[in-house]
Amino acid sequence: MAAIVLVFVSRNYRVIIRAVALLATFISMLLAVKMFCQFVTGQAGYQFEQQIPWVESLGISYHVGVDGLNVGLILMGAIVAFAAACCSFEIQSREKEFYILLLVMTGGILGAFASLDLFFFYFLHELALVPTFIMIGVWGRGERKNYATFQITLYLSVGALIALIGLIALYLQSGANTFDIPKLTEYVQAHPLAAHSQNFIFPLLLFGFGILVSLWPFHTWAPLGYGSAPSPTAMLHAGVLKKFGLYGLIRIALPLLPQAAQHWMQILAWLCLGNILYVGWVAMRQRNLNRLIGNSSVAHMGFVFLGIASLNLIGVTGAVVIMIAHGFLAALTFALSGYIYRQTGTLEMGELGGLARKLPFIGAALLMAALAGCGLPGFANFVGEVTVFFGAWKAFPVVTGLALWGALMIGALYMLRAMRNVLHGPLPEKWAGITDASNVWRKLPYALLLASLLIFGCFPRLLTEKIMPDAGKIVKMAAENVGGVVAGNARSRGHEPAPSNQLDSQSRLTSAATEPK
Amino acid sequence: MNLSLISLEIWVVVLGLVLLLADFWMPAERRRFLGYGAIAALMMLLVTNLGDCATGTAFNGMFVEDGLAVFFKRFFIVAAILVLFMSVEFSDPGCAGGFAEASRIASGISEYYSLVVFALSGMLFAASANNFAMLFVSIELITVTFYVLTSFQRNRLVSLEAGVKYLILGALSSAFMVYGIALVWGTTGKLNFNELALVASQFAGNKIFLLGIVLVLVGLGFKIAAFPFQIWAPDVYQGAPTPTTAFLAVGSKAAGFVLLLRVLFTAIPSVSAHWANPLIIISGITILYGNLCALPQRNLKRLLGYSSIAHAGYLLLGVAALSASGQAAILYYLSGYLFTVLGAFTVIVLVMRHLDSEDISGLAGLNQRSPLLASTLALALVSLAGIPPLAGFFGKILLLKAVIQQAQVTANHGYYCLAFTALAGVVISLYYYFGVIRAIYWSKDAPADSSPILLSGPAKVTLATCIAGMFWIGLFPNTVLNLATEAVKALKM
Repeated sequence: MAAIVLVFVSRNYRVIIRAVALLATFISMLLAVKMFCQFVTGQAGYQFEQQIPWVESLGISYHVGVDGLNVGLILMGAIVAFAAACCSFEIQSREKEFYILLLVMTGGILGAFASLDLFFFYFLHELALVPTFIMIGVWGRGERKNYATFQITLYLSVGALIALIGLIALYLQSGANTFDIPKLTEYVQAHPLAAHSQNFIFPLLLFGFGILVSLWPFHTWAPLGYGSAPSPTAMLHAGVLKKFGLYGLIRIALPLLPQAAQHWMQILAWLCLGNILYVGWVAMRQRNLNRLIGNSSVAHMGFVFLGIASLNLIGVTGAVVIMIAHGFLAALTFALSGYIYRQTGTLEMGELGGLARKLPFIGAALLMAALAGCGLPGFANFVGEVTVFFGAWKAFPVVTGLALWGALMIGALYMLRAMRNVLHGPLPEKWAGITDASNVWRKLPYALLLASLLIFGCFPRLLTEKIMPDAGKIVKMAAENVGGVVAGNARSRGHEPAPSNQLDSQSRLTSAATEPK
Repeated sequence: MNLSLISLEIWVVVLGLVLLLADFWMPAERRRFLGYGAIAALMMLLVTNLGDCATGTAFNGMFVEDGLAVFFKRFFIVAAILVLFMSVEFSDPGCAGGFAEASRIASGISEYYSLVVFALSGMLFAASANNFAMLFVSIELITVTFYVLTSFQRNRLVSLEAGVKYLILGALSSAFMVYGIALVWGTTGKLNFNELALVASQFAGNKIFLLGIVLVLVGLGFKIAAFPFQIWAPDVYQGAPTPTTAFLAVGSKAAGFVLLLRVLFTAIPSVSAHWANPLIIISGITILYGNLCALPQRNLKRLLGYSSIAHAGYLLLGVAALSASGQAAILYYLSGYLFTVLGAFTVIVLVMRHLDSEDISGLAGLNQRSPLLASTLALALVSLAGIPPLAGFFGKILLLKAVIQQAQVTANHGYYCLAFTALAGVVISLYYYFGVIRAIYWSKDAPADSSPILLSGPAKVTLATCIAGMFWIGLFPNTVLNLATEAVKALKM
């Protein structure tokens, strides 16, 4: 799958025009959707596998394939990539380079998620990371763009390198002499690693990946970096690339280092509380819309960590659902804020106001994104968050209680306040001339992302059914004693509350989309 | 004795002599193109050398032709070819804008070519040295030619200063080395590496013998610019003519490493096996020193000088690992480093010949002036920083892997510290490499001169070769890695 995507990317190196970039991401999106539909739920092993040996002596091969865990992520990545390409019309200078980097980044991201080889897993992620730095540096906005570029570069490199040491140590310690994840997993199951080396490697992976995902207290790069990034970059990075660290934890750290995982999860649970409460609190104080979104995206990562920390089937499934949902959500919010920025030239919430009158479509979409961010039923985020809370409750009642409070109160508070500031109230004179998304093309990315959020919000079974068997496998390896017995509950819980609000949000979407311009 | 084993070296020396003689019959304005002749000759040698790989020893075991020697000989010839391309460009009087320094190079250019070729022959001998006498002679052949190459711009003060510094410190380190060789010979009575290996373990407790070995290593440490023998590097890198700097950074350093590998792992494997900790410390300090000192640099060549110290430190990771995979990693890393560094210096030659200074700000707007130059330099720096998919990334992975592997085998926690030091170094280096890239692509200061830079055909070929080399080694590491793994089988440990 991703091989095809990658071939597309490299072929597009010299092609300049935007249409080609759009076409490439569109095709990859179609392929991802096709793959998602063809995916056979519950089938053992990986599907759509492809393997090409690369460095035999080290056991590295180009090996891609999908299972329940990454099928949704790839779909989400491809959709967001297409939306990001659609939103790239805001880039006016050096377009050619921008689209090349965008495609490299997309290829890297999708490849990293599809990769079943430790080395390529890391390699492709780094490949996707470099364009991020360059895009922020060249096309970024704001006065502190250089500072932000360096900060994000150094932070993320430190994270990636720490994780790299962990991965190399893991490779060597296992003694399997292969970077192939399925083989490695099998081998480690037969010969578990010694406890002390697990306890050494796991924190490396946890904090390495943690920095990449902005785990508190290593999150400070995120708000500033996203605030300075051009919106397609922020969409792709916050939406998709950031999930790489979480995916790495679930795919690699949990099954391969089970003992250490149980040992460290307690700590992780408290750290993610830092994400949810502290960063949420910081978000309340933000005056800049992009910073606020950046902070809220950091806060959302806390839920995913909580789900992982719960180490049971429901929690991990929920974590994957949030990863996917938040991917759509983050991309949507950054795309919208990018649109507002391009219209008004500022994102200071003090200066904005009353925009809903001038921008009915964008305003409605932003409002819906904010509601999704608060975890309103009907959106995919709600499904994930509820699932995570149910999963985590058993493991960490105190943390979960606090997190729940944080999620509901703080999230709602800052999101709604921001919406009031931006969309309602008097419209300042100077914004009289701004215009809404005028045609279908402009509306397409936002509508697409919103639709995805709603579809997976109303029919979470599409995702959970695929995720469940594979998450179950991983959880089984990670925590034999916790076990995955409560599988049935989560599934029904997932889509139960949706219908009540479904109509409401659906009608809002349609009214927004059909609003005459 | 088998003379055909050293036919390559003989041909290279003959080539140097021919270049010197050709100087008499060539009209001055066409001497510059002698460089292309030399390049063609070296390419022919490289191609013929690819075919036959007769192995064996000559001169009573002084000279050995094995996998390691063959690997490094090809490496040195490729380096020399690229450096010669660079010198042809460097001496181009049409682009020199009347600078006296360049015209000095131009008038004596055939001398310059032949000196490069002689230095190359020294490196080839170094690759095959299997005896302390041979080691010393080859090192001297390299170093003495570099004294001249460094101070070649006689009417440029920094160049002379660099030459004098290199001369004094180089002579000092040679003296140490001779003294060390004398001590080793005095205690063991052996000069040949293989014979020494048989008796070395008996002398492992002999302080005079150890002192001798340490003094030899001091001399080699000077060549590779490892801490604490690195003081000369930034000054010399900055002052020397740019092609010399490039050759120094690649050829001379690699020669130091091949000799270091031979001494440590062929001559005294039983002794060096106990030296893990000193090697770890030297490697770690070299990495930190090079990277930290590079941070405030504004002169591009000086910055690369410090970064080359840091890279010596990374390469020492492989030495400190004391394992075959570490040695193979060194060879792999050097191959990537070859294309990367030569690419960077070629860009410096082409850009800086228009400017007085070598300040980073001179790169402002390079992206508009010449996208090819800009992307070559950016790719080279990214590769030096160790970011995929370029050569430097996989090299660093291999080195780190060797170190961590050794940490797990020997349970020596120093190796973990070393791995983290290397990572810290990489992160620091990202800062200054990206500083340069920023100057190229999104610098705020307007470029003083925004006219496009025109490149000659050969210059484009050189740059394309370097880029292709970086990508090839980074994306298809199998070939080079297998060659390197085969090559280090020649070492005893």
